[in-house]
Amino acid sequence: MPTLAPPAPEDRSAADRAATAEVPPRPPSGAVLAEQFDDLDQQREADTLGMWVFLATEVLLFSTLILGFVVYRFLYPEAWHVGTEHTKFWIGSANTAVLLTSSLVMALAVHAAKEARWKAVTWLLVGTAALGALFLGLKGLEYYLDLHEGFWPGAGFDVGGPLRQQVELFVVFYYCMTGLHALHMTIGIGVVLTMAILAHRGTMRGHMHVEMTGLYWHLVDIVWLFLYPLLYLAGG
Amino acid sequence: MADAAIQPKTYYRVAAALMGLLALTMLADALPLGALHFPVAMGIVSAKMLLVVLFFMHVKTGSRLVRVFAGAGLFWVLILFALTLADYLARGNWPPPPLGP
Amino acid sequence: MAIPAPPSRTRRPDLPDTVLPDSAARTRVHYLNDGRTLKSWLLTTDHKRIGLLYLVSITVFFAIGGVFATMMRMELLTPLGDLFTSDVYNRLFTMHGIVMVWFFLIPSIPTTLGNFLLPLMLGARDLAFPRLNLASWYVFMFGALFTLAAVVLGGVDTGWTFYTPYSSTFSTSRVFLVTLGIFIVGFSSIMTGLNFIVTVHTMRAPGLTWLRLPLFVWTTYATSLIMVLATPILALTLLMLVVERLFGVGIFDPALGGDPILFQHFFWFYSHPAVYIMVLPGMGVVSELVACFSRKRIFGYTWVVAATLGIAVFGFLVWGHHMFVSGQSIYAGMVFSLLSFLVAIPSAIKVFNWTATLHKGHIYLKTPMIYALGFIGLFTIGGLTGLFLASLAVDVHLHDTYFVVAHFHYIMVGGTMMAYLGGLHFWWPKITGRMYPEKMGVFSALTVFLGFNLTFFPQFILGYLGMPRRYHQYPAEFEVYHVLSTAGASILAVGYLLPFLYLLWSLRYGKPAPDNPWRATGLEWKTPSPPPKHNFDTPPVVVEEVYDYELDEHTDAV
Repeated sequence: MPTLAPPAPEDRSAADRAATAEVPPRPPSGAVLAEQFDDLDQQREADTLGMWVFLATEVLLFSTLILGFVVYRFLYPEAWHVGTEHTKFWIGSANTAVLLTSSLVMALAVHAAKEARWKAVTWLLVGTAALGALFLGLKGLEYYLDLHEGFWPGAGFDVGGPLRQQVELFVVFYYCMTGLHALHMTIGIGVVLTMAILAHRGTMRGHMHVEMTGLYWHLVDIVWLFLYPLLYLAGG
Repeated sequence: MADAAIQPKTYYRVAAALMGLLALTMLADALPLGALHFPVAMGIVSAKMLLVVLFFMHVKTGSRLVRVFAGAGLFWVLILFALTLADYLARGNWPPPPLGP
Repeated sequence: MAIPAPPSRTRRPDLPDTVLPDSAARTRVHYLNDGRTLKSWLLTTDHKRIGLLYLVSITVFFAIGGVFATMMRMELLTPLGDLFTSDVYNRLFTMHGIVMVWFFLIPSIPTTLGNFLLPLMLGARDLAFPRLNLASWYVFMFGALFTLAAVVLGGVDTGWTFYTPYSSTFSTSRVFLVTLGIFIVGFSSIMTGLNFIVTVHTMRAPGLTWLRLPLFVWTTYATSLIMVLATPILALTLLMLVVERLFGVGIFDPALGGDPILFQHFFWFYSHPAVYIMVLPGMGVVSELVACFSRKRIFGYTWVVAATLGIAVFGFLVWGHHMFVSGQSIYAGMVFSLLSFLVAIPSAIKVFNWTATLHKGHIYLKTPMIYALGFIGLFTIGGLTGLFLASLAVDVHLHDTYFVVAHFHYIMVGGTMMAYLGGLHFWWPKITGRMYPEKMGVFSALTVFLGFNLTFFPQFILGYLGMPRRYHQYPAEFEVYHVLSTAGASILAVGYLLPFLYLLWSLRYGKPAPDNPWRATGLEWKTPSPPPKHNFDTPPVVVEEVYDYELDEHTDAV
């Protein structure tokens, strides 16, 4: 408990102190043991494995979409070329850099959490979320430009001349892939901010929650690493 | 696991390497590689993924079990891609002849 | 707790099915009477209670799916379409398939018996994530709600496979609601699978090494792997279908440049392994039953384990055999055909090992054992006819005929359903603390077996003779087989109704069950019936291998 002292005693309201007083003595790491587990090691192992199994399902989810994209890329190489020419190379590249940086910040946050430096954790998590928001902002800007240029499937779609129909298929995949990814980013930002609030309030029990959030964040980053060359680069 | 934790210094190096790979991707995009564009881009992105998985996601210092499940996800993606693409590569009749009136 | 062996009435001592009334059981606090309010059930995180929540839910869905089947069989009694229009009939077989596959068969054994037994068999207090477990039930019910709403609003007519572009472009039925329901139920499947995988890895009792695990745990584990690795693909496929339907784009529509076969690839990448989600847990149940009622160790335990994992992995490599005639490359077809033959090997290993376990065993023909023996026979027929369909040339003749219908019903109903009922009877004393009436059990098990074969065997002949599936009118020459099939279905219905009634009856009037009525091995029998809330009063330690039945013969001799 002392090693874990959350931010500063004066930050905490009387209600908080009363609440903490009710909590039974905790093991030094600060983590709380759920009743179905024998010890913290077992609980940590279960949490980590559970997260990884979940990530495996996420990988397969995105892979299916990517496979569909790759199949049509193979069937319609010219149309796909038109599509990748049309996407905003610089926005895509900048976004890749933003996400890679956010992953670095996230990794540092996890590291700080392991050392129970909660103030650092709070700010690193806020930084991660801010970079995530920057990513979504750039993505939104790109959507705005796309829509402005008629890059949206539907009755009036007219990009690619004779390849119009096939390019439209590219556009469908473009929105499905980036949209599903943006949804994951949004969820990720929400979770990261929740963790930041917990860390700030000092109600964080051990580092596992931050670590699990980190794993999710990195995975969403990896998904983007694959979407980037597929959607933005020549021959993608 | 926490004892053998990766230090921040490593994180910075990995991030630098990732940025380097990103620059390499952008460079390769500008080069006249023709049909090689796709394999090169995929090769670089695989390297990036490996760096993130091994260091940021702690698989390098993680338990064997975690490695197995991280690998299982990839293996199943491989099955999905290999057998589906096998069909398309062997089909040879695309686009299909137009349907009758 | 030692059960005194009853006085021997026959040549060899019977399993003790008569038990002294256990007055302690009524007063003892166990998971069933620890909290009697509705809230204590709906907000429980106890895996045993969640198993029962699932049991009630899937029984309802089985009944709904059964009603659809009954209506179909009634229509098919005569060659003319005299009861329903083709449009209604399309909806009937579609809803029958969807409800039975996603709302009964896939959750059946894992979520009921699996939920109840997994922690008990592992010697754990609960699953690794009890709240996730409860959430999975709510998600399941939520998804089911959408599907039921779709049924009420007119149903869906695409067939359970949702083939595009019919489902995405042309069908005017409730495709969106139903796919949304299945999409949501998929998450429940993933949650359950994830929970089971983590539990098996991290919650085993001291001394319970991997090769000491009961085979039911192994098959549940393998099933969970498939659930986790296959369901995301289904989720995304349905999502793309919905995108195509809502926005009128052509991901799978050939008129708009899409490829409908890609949909079939995605769909079967999930749906073929889903067959193994349905049948693998059944294999686990049968392994337990065969060992217990032959009083023998499972023959070649390690091989059965290897076959279980083999099926889980190989099951992912064969999906293309559903697409031999749909325009897939013929070379891919050859590869898928070969791989499909290979998956028969681990299945055959299992059948041989059960048979070898029976050999020279002390066989007790109790109700669960009759179901288990039924499973072995019917699964063998279902599996072998699968090889016909996996052969490229033969499949051209048999594709989309009643032969296929008969084949997968032998696996799903003859296999999974028999195992489910067998398992339910076997563990009923543990789950409820009551014995079911044995004579009624045997009678209804035989009724199910008879009714099942009468229903589905004629369908093999029908299919071979060329009757296509999904038609509600047919030439008069097929009538005799359809009449036989409908007659069988009514017997089958009685066979299903009986256990429903007497199991309910036994809740109140059944004899109180002892802790281990079958003198079975396995940790679940080492705790009282019904188990206390936290499963074990003292945490168990395992010192011997599972299926230690050899020792049992000495006990018999005494």
